[in-house]
Amino acid sequence: MAKIKKKVRTITVNADKCNGCRTCEIMCSAFHAVPPYSSNNPARSRIQIITNRLEDIWMPVFAGEYTESECMGRNKYIIDGKEYSECDSCRASCPARDLFKEPDSGLPLKCDMCDGEDVPVCVKWCLVDALVYEEREEEVEENEVKQNTSEMEIGLESLVKKHGFDKVMDTVARLSLKG
Amino acid sequence: MRYAEAGYYLEVDLATGNVERVATDPKLMELHLGGLGTSVKLHWDRVPPETKAFDRENLLVFSTGLLNGTPVFSANRTVVSFISPQSDTLAYPMMGGFFAAEMKYAGYDKIVFKNKSPDWVYLYVNNDKVELRDASHLKGKGAVETQELIRKELRQPKAQVAAIGPAGENRVFTASIEQARSSASRLGGGAVMGDKKIKAVAIRGTKDVFLARPEEFMKELQGVTDYIKYRWDNPIKDVMTILSGIGSPQEMLHTDEKWHTENFAWGNARTRRRDFWTEEIDASWSKSQNAAVKRLISCYNCPTHCGALISHKDTPRYMAKCFGKLTYAMAAYVDDLDFSWKILQRATEYGVDSFSTPQILAFAVELYDAGILTDKDFEGCPKDKEGRFFWLLDRVAHREGIGDILADGVYFAARKIGNGAEEFDHNTIKKHEQLPVKLGTLDPLYFLMYATNEKISITQMEGQWPQSAFPTMEQREEFVRDWPQIPDEKFKQYVLDWELRGEKAIPYYPTPPMCCEIVDWMEMMHNIDDAVGMCCGMSSFCLKPPYHIHNYPRLISAATGMDLDETGLKQIANRSRNLHRAYNNRKGITRKDEKTPADHWKRRFPELEDELLSTYYTYKGWNQDGIPTRERLEELDLGYVADDLEKRGILNDGKN
Repeated sequence: MAKIKKKVRTITVNADKCNGCRTCEIMCSAFHAVPPYSSNNPARSRIQIITNRLEDIWMPVFAGEYTESECMGRNKYIIDGKEYSECDSCRASCPARDLFKEPDSGLPLKCDMCDGEDVPVCVKWCLVDALVYEEREEEVEENEVKQNTSEMEIGLESLVKKHGFDKVMDTVARLSLKG
Repeated sequence: MRYAEAGYYLEVDLATGNVERVATDPKLMELHLGGLGTSVKLHWDRVPPETKAFDRENLLVFSTGLLNGTPVFSANRTVVSFISPQSDTLAYPMMGGFFAAEMKYAGYDKIVFKNKSPDWVYLYVNNDKVELRDASHLKGKGAVETQELIRKELRQPKAQVAAIGPAGENRVFTASIEQARSSASRLGGGAVMGDKKIKAVAIRGTKDVFLARPEEFMKELQGVTDYIKYRWDNPIKDVMTILSGIGSPQEMLHTDEKWHTENFAWGNARTRRRDFWTEEIDASWSKSQNAAVKRLISCYNCPTHCGALISHKDTPRYMAKCFGKLTYAMAAYVDDLDFSWKILQRATEYGVDSFSTPQILAFAVELYDAGILTDKDFEGCPKDKEGRFFWLLDRVAHREGIGDILADGVYFAARKIGNGAEEFDHNTIKKHEQLPVKLGTLDPLYFLMYATNEKISITQMEGQWPQSAFPTMEQREEFVRDWPQIPDEKFKQYVLDWELRGEKAIPYYPTPPMCCEIVDWMEMMHNIDDAVGMCCGMSSFCLKPPYHIHNYPRLISAATGMDLDETGLKQIANRSRNLHRAYNNRKGITRKDEKTPADHWKRRFPELEDELLSTYYTYKGWNQDGIPTRERLEELDLGYVADDLEKRGILNDGKN
């Protein structure tokens, strides 16, 4: 099988440097607004600062994959004497919590690394250097590279999972009749 | 469609429990911007001057600023306004933290509390869902503790909570409202909140805040960002370290406190200890601070680190900022910084202002040493300096024994105690405790700022003008070379000509007309900051700040869609300043109140001070009683204010 080059994009999170300002949340939501920057709303951000101020926890977490069911169990970390809440380190948009969901529709959010930008906007606007962006190339087998799914497809997929295929199709059909 | 602002106030009637979401007139933003500007207008319209702090008619208003919740860096201040129990004027302490933005995201520009609740409650706002909830189980809890308990109880880790501690519950006149790493402290907002039986306000918001012209806005913000980075790389030369950078004074970062400890007065604003900062003190204080500061933290959307999470030995954790680090130790004459971290924790949980409160405690100690307060008043009080301060703080916060009298602040306590206690009230202006700074020669700029401003707190007035003349011409030239923030080029010449000694030195230089221009500039920038919700540490309190009169109109225009130029913005700032002044005139403030304590400077110049005040009044378009003239008010579209002042006999042009 042919080898092809795959771009791997990494954001290193130096949580010790985070001052908890949440500019990354603002800028992420502003960048993804339509048109860009016309509005902002940290609840729509694909990066969230998990915060427990008195525990000295300020941890930027990026939205990962949507999952339709929660884990069978929960885990809790204690690192350097700091107790993190259940699921703090998880990136999933999951039924167990409100994180990484559009506040209006409940649809899942996923970090897209600000496709098209040189650097993800959260990194660009993090003036305290808690977020650092790196790009590298890796050689992988051709069939390992999945097609990028479009945002609409991700949204539709989750609607299908939530309401069932027929109901979504009915709704689309009804909407198309309305013109 | 409303841009930058939400367009709604949340009106909460505590007597009936009725809550309403009220749409606001878009015209308000054009006339008063938002924040302090629109809050002053609201109080003018709705709170008659006969109202006292603890009357049910007194409104308690939590306000966002116009730019809170937009991507503008450091616009995170909440303005809390009310009639103060201490000064009986319209007070407006502000807090940074995370509250204002969350309020905007919940869809409100202001929360207006009216009347009083029969039982202890807290308000929970979750977007359109608003409820007054029972807070009886929180009574007596600390202000920091309460924030955490409410977040847990609501299962809302992202809710932002502003709370009072026992001091607010007991209507202590210096009670603060604590929130995250910040507090609205001055002039007794916590007492008014406690009087209304509001233990806390919790907010969660997940709505959008819109920008009118996003591309233009982001271009402007990029310019601000570039300048922030430039200032980080280029601290201002020849000024003390805490003034060389941007942000509020970096008290949690810097350990060198030679300047504060040797120039500010210890005890009840009494003693300058010019040889205090020795190598041993430096070593011991640095060690104490580096061990206590767990992490440097910021407020919402701000790249600086003015606050800190404090973790001192067995003391429960809390957050601190700014000068509170020194106020208790200096007031108590305690040379060990560990004491500061311990007592500041208790003071923060009690919820008291860390500027006024230590001075009240030091005042009590002086009265005891002078025999005016007796062993009976101090029964049970430890003899050591540290123990005494803790004991007094406990009494004040709970209004127990002598603490009940002290809890009204130095001015009222002195008069209640009598027997010569009034002589020890030597650091209040308009009944409010001032920074403990007693210097040599009258500074004409500071005289005007201390005497005349509605804030009644110098730290919210000074800022962009150097605190003293530069010794050499080279230094002056260096300072003025790169100074785009000035409203007029002539200010450069004032700096170049300003000498440390001689004719062109204080108190006669800057001259009274120049002083008026400089003070007016400081006031204008603070007024704009307070209307848009900007932290003055990134703007008006800072030498060469990122925000100024030239870029503000462009940012505000792009955010709101209004086409505002510098003239228009100045007009709004003046309108706000004059409406606030008229409000306080209505409360009885006139020239007779605009004075500084006799020992504020060692060398005083009564004639010059009189000339300064007269020149300033004329410059502002006020009569010689310090009341805006009809002509001035009409220029600012405030004809209705002139009508009111005339009707009440306060303004009587030609006869005042």
